[in-house]
Amino acid sequence: MDCNQVFVSKVKRLIVVFTLLIAFLSIKIDTFAQVDSAVVPVDSVVAGSAEAVSGEHGAAKHGEEKFEPTKVIMEHIADSHMWHLWGHTSLPLPVILYTANGLEVFSSGNFHHGEHDYNGKYNNYRLEEDHIKVVGADGKIDEEASKSVLDFSITKNVAAMFVAIFVILVIFISVAASYRKRVGKAPKGLQSFVEPIIVFVRDDIAKPNIGHKYAKFMPYLLTTFFFILFNNLFGLIPIFPGGANVTGNIALTFVMALGTLIIVNINGNKYYWKHIFKPDVPFWLYPIMIPVELIGIISKPFALMVRLFANITAGHIIVLSLISLIFIFETLAIAPVSVAFVLFMDVLELLVAFLQAFIFTLLTALFIGMAVEEHH
Amino acid sequence: MELVTPSIGLVFWTSIAFICLLILLRKFAWKPILGAIHEREQSIDEALNKAELAKQEMARLTSQNQDLMQQARAERDEILKEAKTLKDGILNEAKKQAQVEGAKLIEKAKIEIENQKKAALAEVKDQVSTLSLEIAERVLRTQLDDKTKQEALVANLLKDVELN
Repeated sequence: MDCNQVFVSKVKRLIVVFTLLIAFLSIKIDTFAQVDSAVVPVDSVVAGSAEAVSGEHGAAKHGEEKFEPTKVIMEHIADSHMWHLWGHTSLPLPVILYTANGLEVFSSGNFHHGEHDYNGKYNNYRLEEDHIKVVGADGKIDEEASKSVLDFSITKNVAAMFVAIFVILVIFISVAASYRKRVGKAPKGLQSFVEPIIVFVRDDIAKPNIGHKYAKFMPYLLTTFFFILFNNLFGLIPIFPGGANVTGNIALTFVMALGTLIIVNINGNKYYWKHIFKPDVPFWLYPIMIPVELIGIISKPFALMVRLFANITAGHIIVLSLISLIFIFETLAIAPVSVAFVLFMDVLELLVAFLQAFIFTLLTALFIGMAVEEHH
Repeated sequence: MELVTPSIGLVFWTSIAFICLLILLRKFAWKPILGAIHEREQSIDEALNKAELAKQEMARLTSQNQDLMQQARAERDEILKEAKTLKDGILNEAKKQAQVEGAKLIEKAKIEIENQKKAALAEVKDQVSTLSLEIAERVLRTQLDDKTKQEALVANLLKDVELN
């Protein structure tokens, strides 16, 4: 009877693992397909950017700019040193550069939308394709020197993330205050909006996946959930202070996934490590199993990273593409169709915003649960 | 490839911001919120448990009351029964005693009556004998006045003697 139970649990786990694997694979293939389709035009744009830049001044003088949807979309998806507000108005953001000689801090407004170089303390800088490059004495970009300069600027994504963090802090600290004020009473106002989500994270994400040790991981899970959720939602707002593609940036999802990786492996118990280095297979399979398990450590958070990044980026690309249709066809007649589709996509993205926050948190909880699980 | 290359600046700021957010929220938001939710849930649980206990207590009391009532009723019945048997016993005893007493009285009366009767009979006998003696005397006196009669009597007496 005892063996039977073990067998059943093993079969169940196998089923779960295969399902997850298939899910990961399908998502990964999907995202890479999206990424590839998105990336290929970028290269072509970059290749053709020299002509575009040189031709831009002439075109601008005629008041007639050629509309390039790929360029526009990629500009919106990518990070920027300025926060575009409307028309030709942008909010300049601080540039922080770490050079071999020391820190260099100045406003990105000094670049005048990339039209001027800035003479810094140590080097001259030029904004090219939203990257800060060092300009050599000959007036050309010095690629060698550019590589040694590390860019810690408060970019659009960083600023948008700060806004989201500020909002999260205001909301949750005020909610916490109302909990202190109304001890033992029914929730009210913002509290009653937030409480079901917190209880949901606790009862439907943490408890079933982690078990009785869930309390220790609640702060991390809740913070992850709301951080992703708020950044997703802010990304859906088309105007300032939203519109930045924060969670659709690989750097942010990388940090989030790294957090999960660290939390999971720090809390992994002896069963978790035994499962990796001494799995229950004949010893001659070890050369295969151990590398597979070691790859598994990395691949799990990697999947998290790519999933969030790809879902949010894909959503932004689709919305922007639909809007671009109006400018591609150069007619207002297409606008109702575009707007209808964008509305549909926005509603879908609203769902995705919640869904991705949920999935990220759920899988994090699942991985933690696998790491802290006690075997009998 | 630019889209999938994490930039160091954003990685740096995200790490710092996220860690700060985690620490701040943990201290100022999650701890009080989760604590309050937990506390409230516990108090609700407790209240529900208490209600359940009160219900059970109520049921227990009701059944106890019923038990008590039943017991009291049974006791009353018992007492009544006992009283009845006691009464019956007393009555029977009394009756028996009365009968015995009566029988005794009757016996005494009978003896008395017998005694009286005997006394009266003896007296009557006495009187009858005296009377008959007197009557015999008188009869004899009157009958023996003449001679013939006397002779007849003697003859008669003699006849009797002879017969004997």
